[in-house]
Amino acid sequence: MVQTTNERYRVTPLRSKKRSWPFPLNIYQTAVGRKWVMALTGIGLIGFVLVHMIGNLHIYEGPARMHEYAESLRTLAGGIVPKGFILWLLRFGLLAMFGLHLHSAITLRNFSGQSSNKATLMGGAKKYESGRDHIAAGYASRTMRWIGPIIALFLFYHLADLTWGWWLGDDFVPGDPYHNVSESLASLPVAILYIVANIALAMHIFHGAWSMFQSLGVNNPKYNHLRRGLATGLAGIILVGNLSFPIFTQTGLINEDNRKCPASEINVLECLAEQAEGH
Amino acid sequence: MSTGNAEIINVTIKVWRQNGPSDDGHFETYDQAITTDASFLEMLDLLNDSLNEQGSEPIAFESDCREGICGTCGVMINGRAHGPQKATATCQLHMREFKDGDEIVVEPFRAAGFPVIRDLAVDRSPLDRIIEAGGYISVNTGAASDANLTPVPKDAADQAFDAAACIGCGACVAACPNSAAQLFTSAKIGHLALLPQGQAERWSRTEEMVEVMEEFFGSCTNHGECHEACPKEISLDFIAFMNRDYVKAKVKNRALSGQA
Repeated sequence: MVQTTNERYRVTPLRSKKRSWPFPLNIYQTAVGRKWVMALTGIGLIGFVLVHMIGNLHIYEGPARMHEYAESLRTLAGGIVPKGFILWLLRFGLLAMFGLHLHSAITLRNFSGQSSNKATLMGGAKKYESGRDHIAAGYASRTMRWIGPIIALFLFYHLADLTWGWWLGDDFVPGDPYHNVSESLASLPVAILYIVANIALAMHIFHGAWSMFQSLGVNNPKYNHLRRGLATGLAGIILVGNLSFPIFTQTGLINEDNRKCPASEINVLECLAEQAEGH
Repeated sequence: MSTGNAEIINVTIKVWRQNGPSDDGHFETYDQAITTDASFLEMLDLLNDSLNEQGSEPIAFESDCREGICGTCGVMINGRAHGPQKATATCQLHMREFKDGDEIVVEPFRAAGFPVIRDLAVDRSPLDRIIEAGGYISVNTGAASDANLTPVPKDAADQAFDAAACIGCGACVAACPNSAAQLFTSAKIGHLALLPQGQAERWSRTEEMVEVMEEFFGSCTNHGECHEACPKEISLDFIAFMNRDYVKAKVKNRALSGQA
């Protein structure tokens, strides 16, 4: 091949610089900034998952205490604000974090996909004709872009199941989570679905909780060795707590045999509230 | 010169042949007998000799210093950037890493920002674009100051030196599933940002180099493959350092330009 030196060969950029948005939104226009958003929303979402799991442990105190816990979420801040106000604020916050987390994930996947001649459809990862050896990239980190959408689908199922009561139908009693959980998870396929989804969630957190330190540049050689342990611990605690619900429902620890307030009663919520007070 | 325990092995080389940037490219297989004392590139040299004798086109690959410091060589060998030996550039890899009868698959470094020029040679000039954007310091050349006039803390000097070990070979981009150039860019930013001489341009450098990097390369997802592939074992800590400095730079540059 004849090398021509009179003409400077240049690789054309894959993407050109866009007009920048006003500060601080311009940070979100870049991949590094988007990873910051991913990490920050990730922290919020992990926080939610952890609190959600710990709160749900009230189920082991019986239907009355579980009802009391659910009710206390609606009456956060007491009588200062209307009932459910704080809960709705938290819900909107969660929704916003979830939306940003998803948007940055999808756009960054495309960003990386464009940067390789041949990228896998889902993960956007580069392919070598002869295959390749992964040394550092573990199963958890390579499946982030697969597990993300799986968690989103499960989340939709979970809301439809235990918040909107789509599948339980007439059996769904709003405000009696103990009854709804034990009804739903008593079915073996549903319990298996919850188990699989929670393992997927734990894997996502296992990589995410480590990765966020890198993305945010929270880095100190003195403490870096603790980051892996923290991520493993967080993922482990969330996994064990969340798996306990389907498993203990299946083994019969969570059941409705000894309920003082049968869920079929019309004033079941009042009955539960009275029982909780007398506790 | 033989070390005494060298032996002749027969290997099958499955190598990527591509006749120019717009060609589709394909694998071709060659057999080569080679002493285990030979380096990987010497093996390719011998293979090219015999291809020349047969009147076929030799395999195009890049190399320069052949002592692991220039960063010119670099191919994927059996699915790993720079081959199976850790912390080693392709030129420093020796055939004793392979066994008799092995099939060795050789492919160019791949990324959309690294278009193939021919066979195993890729255009890594986007890395130069990143350096052009800020990978330098400005000094007066008229009256050069004394060499040790600016004291540098030992820790900073050591860390900057670790970053400066980057030879710009592009193995990090090749190994990255996202084709991200974070390890390269962060090493170049880190080695200047840690030193007093690099402070004046620290914030403009970080912002501009990251933004040029993003014109050509993908987004880091913290797999850590780059660190494993790096012949100089540059630490992932520099990526974290760059990520932190980048968002800081966005704030500082705004303040420096008088907007805040």
